[in-house]
Amino acid sequence: MSTPLLEIRGLIKHFPIAGKTFSFGKSKASVQAVDDISFSVMAGETLGVVGESGCGKSTTARLLMHLINPGAGEIVFDGKPVGSAGLSHKEFHRQVQMVFQDSYSSLNPRLTIEESIAFAPQVHGTPKREAIQRARDLLDRVGLEPRRFAARYPHELSGGQRQRINIARALALRPRVVILDEAVSALDKSVEAQVLNLLQDLKDEFSLTYVFISHDLNVVRYVSDRVMVMYLGKIVEMGQTEAIFRDASHPYSKALLASMPALDPDDRTETPPLAGDPPNPINPPSGCRFHTRCAMAEGICAQRAPALAPTATNHVVSCLMFEAGSGHTQSLKAAV
Amino acid sequence: MTSATMAMDAPFEKSPGFWASVWRRFKRDKTALFASAMILLLILIAIFGPWLAPADPYQASMLKRLKPIGFEGFLLGSDELGRDMVSRLLVGARLSLFMGITPVVMAFIIGSLIGVFAGYVGGAVNTVTMRTIDVFYAFPSVLLAIALSGALGAGITNALISLTIVFIPPIARVAEAVTAQVRGRDFVEAARASGANAFTIVRVHVLGNVLGPIFVYATSLIAVSMILASGLSFLGLGVKPPEPEWGLMLNTLRTAIYTQPWVAALPGLMIFITSISFNMLADGLRSAMDVKS
Repeated sequence: MSTPLLEIRGLIKHFPIAGKTFSFGKSKASVQAVDDISFSVMAGETLGVVGESGCGKSTTARLLMHLINPGAGEIVFDGKPVGSAGLSHKEFHRQVQMVFQDSYSSLNPRLTIEESIAFAPQVHGTPKREAIQRARDLLDRVGLEPRRFAARYPHELSGGQRQRINIARALALRPRVVILDEAVSALDKSVEAQVLNLLQDLKDEFSLTYVFISHDLNVVRYVSDRVMVMYLGKIVEMGQTEAIFRDASHPYSKALLASMPALDPDDRTETPPLAGDPPNPINPPSGCRFHTRCAMAEGICAQRAPALAPTATNHVVSCLMFEAGSGHTQSLKAAV
Repeated sequence: MTSATMAMDAPFEKSPGFWASVWRRFKRDKTALFASAMILLLILIAIFGPWLAPADPYQASMLKRLKPIGFEGFLLGSDELGRDMVSRLLVGARLSLFMGITPVVMAFIIGSLIGVFAGYVGGAVNTVTMRTIDVFYAFPSVLLAIALSGALGAGITNALISLTIVFIPPIARVAEAVTAQVRGRDFVEAARASGANAFTIVRVHVLGNVLGPIFVYATSLIAVSMILASGLSFLGLGVKPPEPEWGLMLNTLRTAIYTQPWVAALPGLMIFITSISFNMLADGLRSAMDVKS
């Protein structure tokens, strides 16, 4: 395995409940969107991030991009910590870029497409003429004829075309890591497939590393080398894609994967694998955050929070059943 | 010639820019076009008024006071000092328009700066700035204008200053609202993700999207400003006699409302025409700039 290109250590983001600007000194409630997560992204891989709505996937992406300030935690890029001492934020942004979900809202309606793509290189000191030339080359590279599209405005294009432009814009700084936050979720299935193939081609051509955030498990399985499963601001399981999809260990991952509709009619499940909504992240359950909905939950689960523990090579899971001597009746399984 | 070389020769396809499409829609709006024509006419009168005037607007004649419309030598009658109304209305256009437009332009610049700053920075800075602005906004605009003018003393400059202060809060509020809205869009996030500083983001990505709506709103304020400026002159806080200004003329002629009602109403009619023209222009701009579809 290659060295980690991006390392995230103990990242925390709690959003205070808004609307009380002048309540100084009071202990405020907060949404624990991302609560102490650590993971690394290897150079050249695609890390898939999955989980229910509101589990902290997008917050993680925005924390990675420094669009919001983390409450705590450290991001290390290529061996250098990001921040005052190591890598500057501006340099970090040159190396790590992001594609947003909403292809319309993420393009400035007053700028032509080439201006939008050329903006970031100009910020980093590329002369305008050169930046525009690079924008046109990238348009060509993402399959949009520059002569037809360079001087157009976003509202004249389709969703798929706009998302190609967003990808081109993210690549304009020649980054090494691209974070794709639900980048294909809003597209039609046929367009989605085209864009996924494009992403794959670009990854090979520019030797990119992807962090691929999606709620679509089929897509994640198709593109990812490794998968990280999140639940209520925590990582519950992380491992090789095939290992996760064939042999998920955490009860939540199992339930999540069981929610994928089977193509075989005999294989159909009619009972929902997970009942109810996720608990309120303002006041998450004690112990293991999943115990309120877990089929395997026991008394101990409400008291003790599990840590991420390895079950196999490159496969970690956060569940008391996989911690030897945790007090869970099934915990012996892990020892075997 | 192969198709490839043809493609090479083909020019870049241009699409009409934002303002071109606004103009295309504006052209179809007959009311707005009519209002623009009226405003253009008023501006021409403001510029060339002194040369268009048939008589000296300051020349009084005690023998020809308060003559009716159509009286020999006085096309629109004469005022309480026997001065020619046509001349006074034409010459007065310059001062009246100046008093109406200047405060709005000043307030547009200052209010936009405050609003965009507060809206983009957000958080506690926004709260403090906007609540301070709200203190001024809480006063009725007429009352605030009179109070400020009264405190500063009568005169054109002081009237302009007080009107500017009156119009800063509403413009700042609109600017703050649209900026906060634009700031939440993903393209601003994307610009931040590219490592650009706040100033560059505001210049490239925010201003282009907020100045339009603020401008439209400011245009609609010109009508109010005209009326307020006239009101100040009416109260003796703005333009001083014998300068011809519509508000002041309305004031001095009001005593003649029973003797020569039509002549006395003329300055008011001018104010009305001007303000409704600016209102219709603002309406037309608003719908022409609405590119949600």
